[in-house]
Amino acid sequence: MQPGALSKALKSGAIWGFIVLELIFFSVAGEFLSLSDKAFMNWENMLLLLKQSAPIGIIAMGMTMVMVNGNIDLSVGATFAIAAIVLLDSMTWPIFAGLGDWVIPVAWLLALLVGTALGALNGLIVWKTGVDAFIVTLGSMLGYRGVVFMFNGENPTSHLNWTLVDFAEAEFLGLATASWFLLAVTLVIWFLTKHTVHGRNAYAIGDNRDAAVNAGIRVGPHMMINFAIIGFLAALSAVVFYSESGSVNPNDGQLYELWVITAVVLGGTKITGGAGSVIGTFGGVIAIQLLRKGLGHIGADTSTVNLVIGCILIAVLFLDRQLNVKGKEELKV
Amino acid sequence: MATLTKQKIGGILARQGILIAFAIFMIAFTLASAKFLSVDNVFSVVRSSAILGVMALGVTFVVISGNLDLSVGSMMSFSTIVVLDLHDKIGPALAIPAMFAMTLCLGAIIGFLVGYLRLNSLIVTLGMLSAIHGLTLTYSGGQNMDIADKEGTWFSVFGQGSALGIPVPILIFVGLAAFLGVVLARTPFGRKVYAVGGNGTAATFSGIRRARIVFQCYLISSACVATAGLIQASRSLGSQNTVGQGLELEVLAAVILGGASLLGGSGTIFKTVIGVLILGFIQNGLLLLGLQFYVQFVVTWVIIILAVWLDIAAKRGKLLSPIA
Repeated sequence: MQPGALSKALKSGAIWGFIVLELIFFSVAGEFLSLSDKAFMNWENMLLLLKQSAPIGIIAMGMTMVMVNGNIDLSVGATFAIAAIVLLDSMTWPIFAGLGDWVIPVAWLLALLVGTALGALNGLIVWKTGVDAFIVTLGSMLGYRGVVFMFNGENPTSHLNWTLVDFAEAEFLGLATASWFLLAVTLVIWFLTKHTVHGRNAYAIGDNRDAAVNAGIRVGPHMMINFAIIGFLAALSAVVFYSESGSVNPNDGQLYELWVITAVVLGGTKITGGAGSVIGTFGGVIAIQLLRKGLGHIGADTSTVNLVIGCILIAVLFLDRQLNVKGKEELKV
Repeated sequence: MATLTKQKIGGILARQGILIAFAIFMIAFTLASAKFLSVDNVFSVVRSSAILGVMALGVTFVVISGNLDLSVGSMMSFSTIVVLDLHDKIGPALAIPAMFAMTLCLGAIIGFLVGYLRLNSLIVTLGMLSAIHGLTLTYSGGQNMDIADKEGTWFSVFGQGSALGIPVPILIFVGLAAFLGVVLARTPFGRKVYAVGGNGTAATFSGIRRARIVFQCYLISSACVATAGLIQASRSLGSQNTVGQGLELEVLAAVILGGASLLGGSGTIFKTVIGVLILGFIQNGLLLLGLQFYVQFVVTWVIIILAVWLDIAAKRGKLLSPIA
């Protein structure tokens, strides 16, 4: 066995081991503590879980690309809200009145375009100014959220289109529309990271930016593309979610960035860039949702969920460092 | 005599850019609105900025030492809820030290994780944000916290009282800023904070105990948070569980606006105070101009990015980043 292979296997398998552990724990604990007599591990419950993971999960795939690239995006929650407003409001615009139900694809397209543009704007600023992505997206988080509030004050924006609701609530092969979107996005981003030049370069830039520059990789456009991708996915997440609910509050999407980053880090992506996988992120998303659902199942309230997730995040970071510590110490001296 | 070359002007702009921007803002708003620079208005702005400002003072230490603190918002909710709860149970005189002790414990946990275990501060404080929020909700049982006898307690002095005609929150903010400013600029401890943030390895090799310094920075930060929680609790005498939610990012915005680098090693207390005041006066000025409340967020966005951009541009001598 090669040195480091064990810790590598441990790390990539850890998130799945954790999920299994959660399943066992909640199934057993549920027998004694749960108020409902339904089993936790039933098929329907798991399908519902996949559907509920979709809003965070879709964005998390984009965050994986951005973080692998060595950046971070704190503005996704605000982008999510803007896209939702564009989606719902554009369906009521008079110019589209003659379109009938064809307004739906137009509204989707508009929302996705706006999301992509907002993401690309972040990327452009990071590229051209050289300001750290953390600061840029911290600023745009405030700015984009300001735009959301300027649009309609504190009032919700609502519009229900029943054709759209039917589509969003539809099931195909037993899976809800949102679940299909999550799986499709996971597949596409997985392909992008593993089998395209862009994906390979994104890893290279995140791992060692100077080396990537010296190797002739154009760092800027790659970063901008990744920001555009996460903007697009934040909008897609909004589109999928609000097609069903039909009403958006100006505060919606707040703290999404924290949930998404938590999922991505749980999935093993390095905050400093250069390492991480889409499959791991998928595991992270499922693990978090499972935790929320499972704790609810055994009668714990939301406060416990927050407490547990915070502690787990820190524990994961600690374990990850312990597994890496040998290699790093050698490098340092 | 030194001649003013283009580069020198650029250098001055870069170093004092934030002060110049502040001055331009104040002049523009004063011209636009007669009420803007009145004593009443200035007091009300500084007073409402005091809570944010006190927290920003502590975060300045953390940022200069090369770390981040995203947990200050939920920690502030925690201390507010705790002090309000204990106020009725053991009386204000005991509640305040008890609250400070509990908040310092949280700061010590973060300081231990980031300083001694050397974990990434962004993730640790992100986790603590969530964990402390959970802790607060568990503590309060999800209920809003209120003081039973709002009229008869001297506890309200920290948030509502005034001395010599100056509101107490302002006195606390200014006093703490002066004290911490001296600590940072004039003591060996302050110099070590800069050293650790500027180059941690070099600091370690020159005999500075890096872990201990980082630990102490988080203790200072949590002490500031406890003070902010005290002001908040005393001002409203009742509170929701989420009173500090989102403040961590505004605090960070103020610190960055003041010119502290997220890489560590630079920034001063004075500049952080300017950053806090800029945020406060922008909010106030835009409202006086009759603009919508939420326009301030967009303006803050533009200002943060411009401020950091110009700072970086002046250092590298080029406006645009050289990366392809």
